[in-house]
Amino acid sequence: MRRMSWFNVTSLTFGLAFLYLPMLLLIIYSFNESRLVTVWAGFSTKWYGELFQNEAFLDAALVTLKVGFFSATVATVLGTMAAWILVRGGKFFGRTLFSGMIYAPLVMPEVITGLSLLLLFIAIGMDRGVMTIVLAHTTFSMCYVSVVVSSRLVAFDKSMEEAALDLGCTPASAFFLVTLPLIAPAVLSGWLLAFTLSLDDLVIASFAAGPSSTTLPIKIFSSVRLGVTPEINALSTIMISIVAIGVITASLVTKQAIARAKRDEQKAIQDG
Amino acid sequence: MNMLRRTALILPPYLWLLMLFLVPFLIVFKISLSDIELAIPPYTPTYDPEKGIWDLLSQLDFENFIFLSEDSLYFKAYLSSLKIAIISTFLTLLVGFPIAWAMARAADHWRPTLMMLVILPFWTSFLIRVYAWKGILSQEGYLNQMLMNIGLISDPLVILNTNIAVYIGIVYTYLPFMVLPIYATLEKLDESLNEAAVDLGCTRTSAFWLVTLPLSKPGVIAGCFLVFIPALGEFVIPELLGGSNTLMIGKVLYQEFFSNRDWPVASAVAVILLLILIIPIILFQKNQEKQEAGQ
Repeated sequence: MRRMSWFNVTSLTFGLAFLYLPMLLLIIYSFNESRLVTVWAGFSTKWYGELFQNEAFLDAALVTLKVGFFSATVATVLGTMAAWILVRGGKFFGRTLFSGMIYAPLVMPEVITGLSLLLLFIAIGMDRGVMTIVLAHTTFSMCYVSVVVSSRLVAFDKSMEEAALDLGCTPASAFFLVTLPLIAPAVLSGWLLAFTLSLDDLVIASFAAGPSSTTLPIKIFSSVRLGVTPEINALSTIMISIVAIGVITASLVTKQAIARAKRDEQKAIQDG
Repeated sequence: MNMLRRTALILPPYLWLLMLFLVPFLIVFKISLSDIELAIPPYTPTYDPEKGIWDLLSQLDFENFIFLSEDSLYFKAYLSSLKIAIISTFLTLLVGFPIAWAMARAADHWRPTLMMLVILPFWTSFLIRVYAWKGILSQEGYLNQMLMNIGLISDPLVILNTNIAVYIGIVYTYLPFMVLPIYATLEKLDESLNEAAVDLGCTRTSAFWLVTLPLSKPGVIAGCFLVFIPALGEFVIPELLGGSNTLMIGKVLYQEFFSNRDWPVASAVAVILLLILIIPIILFQKNQEKQEAGQ
């Protein structure tokens, strides 16, 4: 084992402290009794109570989850199709344009994507609301899904699909029986990424949302513009905890799955 | 593969992107050449099927772009966005490189954990991470409290609502984008190259400058672009942490559209921002292709 030099230990310690201290402070001060957020006045959970009585926040949270669920699901279907076309589709008319349209939204500034979608919705006379936010989110997150899925598609052996076809599968059943199970982890992480991106998005949503539909980030943004409030600290703590628990669980589950696969493989070799 | 089946697979994502990505762009482009009007939508001309497309085209002009070039506010905003993006990319590199370096030098069984610790903040809400700094940097914030308690300063520092706060915000939120690509190249680096340099008479420091740094260049370049490109059009960070005199083009576009309701000018601002971004995006693509070819 290599020994870490003091320089490396220091830079890791400072780096991680820099990444985590701000969030830690937010969490600690969400349990502060005082409304003055920067002065500690004792432990209290009252801001959580107030948060759960604030219907505007609850409604916004519901809208956000709904948008996230629908846009991530549609984006996963479309993104997986797009990935398959890019990796296995061969040549077709307008392929360059297609791959350009897949990669461009990844680097596009959010203000431009938001503005252009809003102008489209107005041009075709579509009322802005939950539906338009779902359309907007699906459009940019399908590109992320397709990047994640296509990196998995590139990595695995095409001959497995071909074997299935040779053995009498229809192309559709070869996809569902062979390809899909193999790329399932990538599809799932694509969905999770799309869902997180949707929950997180403020700029595009504020262009695409109508006056009647407010997502959680829009609501948070309009209240934190004025300053720091203990309710927002409480809300942030809840959101940070959910993400932390989700990511850590997901990584433990995949770790276990990999370990199990390795065991099975070894067992198969021994038995054989 | 069956032609019909293939077309059925290609069409849905293709049409989706055409309708919701390409067409909106053409609309932005068209409106950037239109004139502001106090109706809804607040611009003319709108497409009138009776008069035909040529009538529409003949009414478009470059007035908004001329307006942008004449009003120094926009020029300053572009320059200041460029300045802020360049400085904060450099600062992110300064903070991120040592972290990536230390991760690559850490024991093997530590690496996955360290990697997850760097990625985890990326999954947490961007808005919340920016907001967290408001409480730290304000006049009566945690940083000033701490510095005053240990007696380092007697009057609170003014950091929030200045460009310094914007730099801190960008470095903080985009740090994972810098660390991960650099870590990826440093991890693959053969350490025996470094040892060879030292054996041949290099000091540790000059071995770093002459061997390690040139070899980690692709990761450094990728990281810099991944920070620079989104930072240039950033809206949330300057809005929450910057002051009223922090000019960034994303903020100008947002205000032009929502506060001034000048859609043609907002569209023209968007078109120019896009033109500025095309160069770094192409350079980034070239860098990625070179890296892939190298492998």
